[in-house]
Amino acid sequence: MQDNIRLLINNISVVYSDVIQVLKGVSLTIREGQAVSLLGSNGAGKTTTLKAISGLLKPENGKVTEGSIEYDGKPVQNSAPEEITRKGIIQVLEGRQEFKYLTVEENLRVGTATRWGKPYQKDLELVYNYFPALLARKKSMAGYCSGGELQMLVIGRALMAHPKLLLLDEPSLGLAPLLVKEIFQIIKRINQEQGTTLMVVEQNANMALQIAHYGYVMENGKIVLESNAKDLMENPDVKEFYLGTAASGALKSYKNVKAYKRRKRWL
Amino acid sequence: MEFFLQLLVSGISLGFLYALSALGFVMIFKSSSVLNFAHGELMAIGAFLFLALSAWADLPIVLAFVLTLAGSFTLGFILEKFFLRPLIGEALIQVIMLTLGLALMFRGLLLFIFGGDIHDYPEFLPEALSMQWGNIQIPGVFVAAIIIGILFLILFGFFFKYSSQGIYMRSVADNQPAALSLGVHVRRVFALSWAIAALVCAMSGIVLGIINGINVHELSSIGLKVFPVVILGGLDSIGGAILGGVIIGLLETFTGGYISTSLREIIPYIVLIFILMVKPYGLFGLVEIERV
Repeated sequence: MQDNIRLLINNISVVYSDVIQVLKGVSLTIREGQAVSLLGSNGAGKTTTLKAISGLLKPENGKVTEGSIEYDGKPVQNSAPEEITRKGIIQVLEGRQEFKYLTVEENLRVGTATRWGKPYQKDLELVYNYFPALLARKKSMAGYCSGGELQMLVIGRALMAHPKLLLLDEPSLGLAPLLVKEIFQIIKRINQEQGTTLMVVEQNANMALQIAHYGYVMENGKIVLESNAKDLMENPDVKEFYLGTAASGALKSYKNVKAYKRRKRWL
Repeated sequence: MEFFLQLLVSGISLGFLYALSALGFVMIFKSSSVLNFAHGELMAIGAFLFLALSAWADLPIVLAFVLTLAGSFTLGFILEKFFLRPLIGEALIQVIMLTLGLALMFRGLLLFIFGGDIHDYPEFLPEALSMQWGNIQIPGVFVAAIIIGILFLILFGFFFKYSSQGIYMRSVADNQPAALSLGVHVRRVFALSWAIAALVCAMSGIVLGIINGINVHELSSIGLKVFPVVILGGLDSIGGAILGGVIIGLLETFTGGYISTSLREIIPYIVLIFILMVKPYGLFGLVEIERV
């Protein structure tokens, strides 16, 4: 693994509509070629963190008010999404935001928007190679595809943009367990074969930690825990709250089950 | 029978002109959900620009035509950049008021410069364009209207179906946040749709000007006809705009020919009401794709 820092988030605060503070001093580092996963419960600020990076806060009236986001050493916080995407940061939105009335292949072609006019035939082949299911449906309208196909479609669409940093927001959302496994295998392959730096936001901590090198845990707009993925999986708190397995098979004492007491230790 | 065919041909050519101008309207609505009430004025501006360039500045016809199209294209760009863009994210009613304001401004400006009289273009369509089939005489303008209409509709069809820029424009209409996340330049798409709309408006304005003479009031009221056309076809369907245009054009000429010329303007609206009772989204209006 190389040591070049691809993205450095330094103590950022994000405020929506000038009043609602969602992130309260988040710092994280992503190195080149790394796969980083960001875990946390609902409303912890994971998606907001991704949107702060990709510039998609702006249309939602959100703003990075403090701190800095540096991409390859240059500040990018509060830039327009058109500029950020052209630097190679592509976010795959939560909930499979496909273009319903475009065919599968046309959906993929929208991914070439950051490098308009350049040839894209090779990239199409690459995507179809990763997701053979898409090839069979390339002429059909995306609105009629299944959830699994759509998740493949939106990841493939992002690949068309030649991302240097790919941000994935809950790729497992609403998918069958087997399919989740398949998609995460492909994500891992993309990371390894294409050398694409990845950041995955997930509820499915088990899956996300399996493919990641490094992990962060968020709660209430703050990073409460960070470590490399292996250690994180062994961490008793993570095991209990995110992986759903207790430290040992033995009966836990009532004291330990009280979640809030343990959570307090992190904060 | 001859009379019928005569009406049919003029109805279809009129319809293609409506379709062409409705195309511009649909394009703006599809990409940015803006109802453009200055549509007829854009047609009038195109027609008068061509008049000024061809008759007054005495430029060769082809050059004047190309310059008019380029000018309208630029005008559309400027309109979006300076008037519509600051209103992105505002309520619909503000945007409608803005386009109404633009309409009044343009109309006033054109009246101020050109006056309210009917102007005419110099004769420039080649004689060879007019056709004669037995007793049916098709004037050259109608042939030109049909040719221009079909040519541009095919051109736009290809543009939206196959070109990357066309696909980006459709993606913005489909799901704006997703388009934004992939780096589609959404503001540029808005500007481009206004520019193209102004261009097709100018084109249909010029041909209508050849048929009816060029008059500010006339052309801007024809602009209002895009409303029955696009509502009939479905507000967001390009194919619908074409069919709606042809239907309205035919209805008008047949009513004018067989019933009474004074009913011409009304019948399309009556038919529109009946069609909407059966198909409330218009003939080709977008029906939400829902996976069950």
